[in-house]
Amino acid sequence: MVEVLEFETLAQAAASLRDRTVYLGGGTLVMRAVNYADPGIARLAVTSDPSIKAIRSEGGRVSIGSGATMSDILASRDLDFLWPVARRIGGPAIRNMATVGGNLFAPHPFGDFAAALLALDARLSLADGSDIDLEALLARRKSMGSLVARVGFERPANGEFRFRKMSRVKPKGVSVISVAARLPRPGRRVSGARISFCGMGQTPVRARAAESALEGRALEPQGIAGALAGAAGLSPPDDAIASSWYRREVAPVLLRRLLLDEAE
Amino acid sequence: MPKTPVSFNLNGVETSLFVDGGQNLLDALRRGVGDLTPKFGCNQGTCGACTVLINGRPLLSCLVLASSAEGDSIVTAAGLADGPNLHPLQRAFMDGFAAQCGYCTPGMLLAAKALLDRNPNPAREDVAEAISGNLCRCTGYAPIIEAILAAAEVMRRSSRT
Repeated sequence: MVEVLEFETLAQAAASLRDRTVYLGGGTLVMRAVNYADPGIARLAVTSDPSIKAIRSEGGRVSIGSGATMSDILASRDLDFLWPVARRIGGPAIRNMATVGGNLFAPHPFGDFAAALLALDARLSLADGSDIDLEALLARRKSMGSLVARVGFERPANGEFRFRKMSRVKPKGVSVISVAARLPRPGRRVSGARISFCGMGQTPVRARAAESALEGRALEPQGIAGALAGAAGLSPPDDAIASSWYRREVAPVLLRRLLLDEAE
Repeated sequence: MPKTPVSFNLNGVETSLFVDGGQNLLDALRRGVGDLTPKFGCNQGTCGACTVLINGRPLLSCLVLASSAEGDSIVTAAGLADGPNLHPLQRAFMDGFAAQCGYCTPGMLLAAKALLDRNPNPAREDVAEAISGNLCRCTGYAPIIEAILAAAEVMRRSSRT
């Protein structure tokens, strides 16, 4: 039997995380483990802290509480650029439960929202008061000793952020892969692009070779050829959804659709 | 380990019971309360058979900690009919042969109710999206979608009269 520990604040919940105590957020990851008697869970830490659901957009910066759900994202007019991402995660019931914070820790091939945040160069505020880049967190998320309180990033300009997802089942389905990109284009040429994939590694990963190949290029078939070649260089895992080979074949196709703004 | 008392409104009836620490709401409803309409399917949030409405929103009861339902208003398929009068969705599912084995039906009904409560005039795509988290291995979905659209039409007509 599992013990439930209730805390007023996220910081208190974070301080309790030791010796098989696991934080329970939206429930889509942890409750399934509890249901299957995961021996690594003896206690669940929960909090009613309202601050973890807050969504703010001020002065060009966006801040999303880690407890905000995909439905909360879809209900926020300030986050309309993220609607295509949230809408493609689960069905309505999952979207009412799955949180932004949970998505950062979702195992492969989940994590579409984390990939989007990676493309947005998100920085995370932790419950212990420290900050960390999302990319750094993804590299050591299995050994995290704290909890994510908030996710912050610069709001992209209109049309600067794009997302595409390929799944075997529509409209709901786990990603074969998904790709997100922030594509600043001063003077119609790409400058400082960030491109990230979900499904192309054990965590969401940046496609640095593709980012470099896009620098100074226009988003037209000739200009993106180098980026597509760069996307083929990642090393995705095999799983029940797709083979590594298939993902490597699909990645440049999905990236081309994103960069040329073609329909899925 | 001591059990935790929890109280909620289930289909209009104030309900109290004791739950275990990690017990999920599906188990509490089925074994604790005796409402067998939410179905045990995958127990991992994939199939949608356990869908219930909590405070008007569809949620997967297998992924909800039972003790967290304190003070909530919960609707299951057992609460859809008004005495002997079936809910229009239930009637449409029967008339349109939208249930074969019937195991997914309670979850489908509640996913559909959540849709029609906020969108009385849905397009076919809206219906497909609303039930996208609910698996059916019998019908191929088409009769379910048709039944939900038919129920929506009935409900719109009755609201005009």
